[in-house]
Amino acid sequence: MSHYPILDQKDTRSGFGAGLHELGKTNPKVVALCADLTGSLKMEAFQKDFPERFIQVGIAEANMMGIAAGLTIGGKIPFTGTFANFSTGRVYDQIRQSIAYSGKNVKICASHAGLTLGEDGATHQILEDIGLMRMLPGMTVVVPCDHNQTKQATLAIAAHEGPVYLRFGRPKWPVFIPTDMPFEIGKAQVLIEGSDVSIIACGHLVWRALEAAEELGKQGIQAEVINMHTIKPLDTKAVLSSVAKTKCVVTCEEHNRFGGLGDAIAQVLTSHAPAPQEYVAVNDSFGESGTPDQLLTKYGLDTPHIVAAAQKVIERK
Amino acid sequence: MSQTTSTAPSPTISTVELTRIASQIRRDIVRQVHGVQSGHPGGSLGCADFFTALYFKILKHSPQPWDMDGKDQDLFFLSNGHVSPVFYGALARSGYFPVKELATFRRINSRLQGHPTTHEGLPGVRMASGSLGQGLSVAIGAALAKKMNGDDRLVYTLHGDGELQEGQIWEAAMFAAGKKVDNLISTVDYNGRQIDGDVDDVLPLGDLKAKWVAFGWDVLETNGNNMEALLKTMADAKDRTGKGKPVMVLMRTEMGQGVDFMMNSHAWHGIAPNDEQLKSALAQLEETLGDY
Repeated sequence: MSHYPILDQKDTRSGFGAGLHELGKTNPKVVALCADLTGSLKMEAFQKDFPERFIQVGIAEANMMGIAAGLTIGGKIPFTGTFANFSTGRVYDQIRQSIAYSGKNVKICASHAGLTLGEDGATHQILEDIGLMRMLPGMTVVVPCDHNQTKQATLAIAAHEGPVYLRFGRPKWPVFIPTDMPFEIGKAQVLIEGSDVSIIACGHLVWRALEAAEELGKQGIQAEVINMHTIKPLDTKAVLSSVAKTKCVVTCEEHNRFGGLGDAIAQVLTSHAPAPQEYVAVNDSFGESGTPDQLLTKYGLDTPHIVAAAQKVIERK
Repeated sequence: MSQTTSTAPSPTISTVELTRIASQIRRDIVRQVHGVQSGHPGGSLGCADFFTALYFKILKHSPQPWDMDGKDQDLFFLSNGHVSPVFYGALARSGYFPVKELATFRRINSRLQGHPTTHEGLPGVRMASGSLGQGLSVAIGAALAKKMNGDDRLVYTLHGDGELQEGQIWEAAMFAAGKKVDNLISTVDYNGRQIDGDVDDVLPLGDLKAKWVAFGWDVLETNGNNMEALLKTMADAKDRTGKGKPVMVLMRTEMGQGVDFMMNSHAWHGIAPNDEQLKSALAQLEETLGDY
């Protein structure tokens, strides 16, 4: 990749673990909770070095969310860690009442999101979590794109007052965000500038969007690639400024086409600047067992699908 | 009518005085619910003695200035939020907000929402409750924060007995005992009734004391409508904190206590008295601190 060389191959959850460990050193208010997935969430370093601020709650996610809400009452900044499925759907009412409606400063950190969880299959591959979380009033939703950015986001949400949903994943994935690239919650990043189509992506699919842009470039199509790492609050200005140039949009997400990034962008377009949009997202289905690459291909989320969506949306202008 | 007043909490307050305050809070309950023709009088009346004991004697707390963290204060979490009329009555009468604000209960633009919430900034409320089963977990979190902060004050909770049918309660029960959260005193409004009927008919709780004991709690039982017995048991509960176990107080109460036609039935769980019923109820409850 000419614009963004691959620096390494690392999982985003390790970026979370590294960020959390750094917070352990720098912010005494940070407390971590885990529901029997310490290894999977890469929370072991925090647990080892800050045992007095680590709470193992066992397989009881509802209780974990409530305890996290209560810890804020003593001024703590709790970070909960479990899989995305158990961080959202399983505990929606606890998050809704005890955290969001109660206005508690809890950071809900969710790993193994989306299809790329892989072989465990659809029971664990939640594709609805972004929608669930962005519907909650006052909830900030952050979906970083690689290991480095997940670490940056983990640090940033500790400094942000209010409930946050931080979504990351399981597989090793290209690391391409330089560690010195500024990260700000709510501020989108234009990774590649272009004038023919805006490709707006979050999470793992940002890398796929960069690959698609390179492929499109070979066909003479100048794609603009935007990393929309914060789904809520959405950087409306960045969307409108890009679409003013390109007049069409492709959205890419490892999520159901209902309720996620694509719908958030569509809402901006319909309200301010109607333009053709194509969704690269899961087409209202559950996932299944398989390798991450197999699943992304089968469910229409790989690079050729993004290229095809861009070609199609340009035709619709 | 005497002047509307609130009363400062005091550890030396007499049982007679507490009983008088409880009578006023019972009037506040039926008047709130009647005023808006909505709300839950039955459980609220049953818990009036507990709330009075808690807010006027047991808790070390500061109604004003009030802050969310409550450092070096005892904290109370209401898990069965539908008994909001008694919560609001106790908060107002102990000085958290003006007593006359009780007239806004469940009305548009009020801080006194149908179920308690932090969302409108009502002093004394530290979490939203209404969806049942969540308060014990939140209280455990606050208790853990107190331990981490070197704050030796206690955390109290109240739960409905029907609420114990929620699974999250037992996740929290297991955690509190397993992790030795011993700065926590939980209480259950054990009135044996819930919306659809007697708890034993809806879903029996079985041997409730044995269940909490099996989960590793130090369990006490008392009559929640006898002020002397209640104070004695709560003092005993406090003595048992700091010894490695969370403490549970099962309070036998009567739904509707103090208003004869609301007792001995689940019927008044969530309906409001009409004008005539209000008159009859108020005739049974002495006005001691002035109606709002």
